Amino acid sequence: MKLRLFDIFGLLAGLFWALSAEVGAGEVVKIDGSSTVYPITEGAAEDFQKETGTKVTVGISGTGGGFKKFNRGETDVQAASRPILQSEIQAAKDGGVKYLELPIAYDALTVVVNAKNDWLDSIKVSELKKIWEPDAQGKVTKWNQVRAEWPDKEIKLYGAGSDSGTFDYFTEAINGKGKASRGDYTASEDDNVLVQGVEGDRYALGYMGYSYYAAHQKRLKALGIEWDAKEKPAVKPSQQSVLAGTYNPLTRPLFLYVNLNSLERPQVKKFVEFYLTHVEALAQEVKYIPLPSSAYGKVWERFEKRNIGTAFAGHTDTAVPIDEILNRPLVP
Amino acid sequence: MRSETFYREQEMLGRRRRASDQRFRLVGMVLTLGTLGVLGALLLNLAVHGLSRIDWQFLASFPSRRAGEAGILSAWVGTLLLMLVTAGVAIPFGLAAGIYLEEYAPKNRWTAFIEINIANLAGVPSILYGLMALGLFVYQFRFGQSLLSGGLALACLVLPIVIVATRESLRTIPSSIREAAFALGATRWQAVWHHLLPYSTGGIATGVILAMSRAIGESAPLITIGALTFIAFLPPAPLMSQPPFVSFDWLFSPFTALPIQMFNWVSRPGEEFQSNAAAAGLILIGITLSMNTTAILLRRRAQRNIQW
Repeated sequence: MKLRLFDIFGLLAGLFWALSAEVGAGEVVKIDGSSTVYPITEGAAEDFQKETGTKVTVGISGTGGGFKKFNRGETDVQAASRPILQSEIQAAKDGGVKYLELPIAYDALTVVVNAKNDWLDSIKVSELKKIWEPDAQGKVTKWNQVRAEWPDKEIKLYGAGSDSGTFDYFTEAINGKGKASRGDYTASEDDNVLVQGVEGDRYALGYMGYSYYAAHQKRLKALGIEWDAKEKPAVKPSQQSVLAGTYNPLTRPLFLYVNLNSLERPQVKKFVEFYLTHVEALAQEVKYIPLPSSAYGKVWERFEKRNIGTAFAGHTDTAVPIDEILNRPLVP
Repeated sequence: MRSETFYREQEMLGRRRRASDQRFRLVGMVLTLGTLGVLGALLLNLAVHGLSRIDWQFLASFPSRRAGEAGILSAWVGTLLLMLVTAGVAIPFGLAAGIYLEEYAPKNRWTAFIEINIANLAGVPSILYGLMALGLFVYQFRFGQSLLSGGLALACLVLPIVIVATRESLRTIPSSIREAAFALGATRWQAVWHHLLPYSTGGIATGVILAMSRAIGESAPLITIGALTFIAFLPPAPLMSQPPFVSFDWLFSPFTALPIQMFNWVSRPGEEFQSNAAAAGLILIGITLSMNTTAILLRRRAQRNIQW
């Protein structure tokens, strides 16, 4: 009796094994990566599938998790909220993956305070650094420690969780070093948690993606950012300021990375073309900020010519104008 | 002869004992009501936000960037198929392991070691099962980011619960039953098959319900193995009109599940997606409750047939 049971399990396992070989990539266009870029990608996938009937799947493993799959050649398109890192470039080489780097839209990291906050309209980058740098942990706990005329009240901090591209970019732009941040704040990968936190506390300060602020504009106040190191005046985040290139250093580009081999499959090529054609409208619809129209021309050119490689060579530079990103030589 | 003071003391003691009995009854009642209240508030909150969103369109549509057009078709189909795989694997393996450990295994240090480890496994965070499944099922066995991998990951997650429940309910059966069976010349297997298993069905079913209820709400291990968020097609049907009529292709299909869809909607900017998330939550609770009800009914029937 025992033996017979084992036989059945063995048979089943064998059957699964045999079947598993048959299921290849097939006609499905596979996308994975950043959850920040997801709303745009979802829109593109939805409309593309309706129009052409080609199957498209989108995952949200995060920028880092998505690159792991992309660099093994498991996905065709990778959505990223930061440029590819040095270790990921190496992994792509090891996996034999050549890729196109296509900037597709902007996100503006937005520093927000409670709507009832009446002592603050804009903040200096150096002050943000004072609040968020690793050394501030346990020391900078009250508003008046940052600027003397601010209230003698405890400052409640809300920020991105350390697994997100938002965290990487904010720490790089403000603290000067990616992933270097104080740890004693309310961290969440879910920006809605941050929205609720700041909304409910007069003495709160937090940062999040622009689309979350845009969806809750009435209940939050976005601060102007004064980049004092470059002697730039305070600028509030908005579509205009981002497009004009003045909302710095917290404007960040979002990217698609496309596997060059996958582009030989007509449905992947068509999907990327569809994406680039509609991304401007899609980005606006989900409250992201599209690139200037001229930039999309250059992105198209890069795509048509199959210019592979990255413009960042493994560094997460901040506050690079989009024209410079698109004109830099690409390093495969 | 006992003095009057003795009786008075006794009476006072009795009153004190009854008072503490009453106190416990009160505390217990308040805590029970409190717990139920929290559950009720949660359900009410979900219902207020989500109930109006549930209609045929919501159940029959794929995800969309427009909250009003979005639906959970791929999510609930994915969840049901996942549960099918999970139950199909966890129940036979869990039962077999439970029966072996309780009825066959010699009681020695080695068995004790296994027992402790099973109890520990029940407390391991689910994401670790996800990582294990990613390495073993997705890459090693090449099952891919499929329903099969997801179902197997969840099955591993709940296996300890099924094993422990099986053992506990076997243990409640009086040993006189086993002895009677052996006395009549039954083998161990016959004793298990004809007596112990039928008598313990109730307890085992309860364990299986608990296990499935835990599995159905998991999202972390599924995201780890690569479950998707946007998928606007269904797995291939398990039944076909031409021979061989049965197909296992669906096992290797990419998928999404209700908790993942909820997770994604909850973290989206804007209010509209929040009510979608609440609606999906209600459906998930609905599926769990109907699964539980079915299992409770089955258990009732099984228990009715027991006569000893």
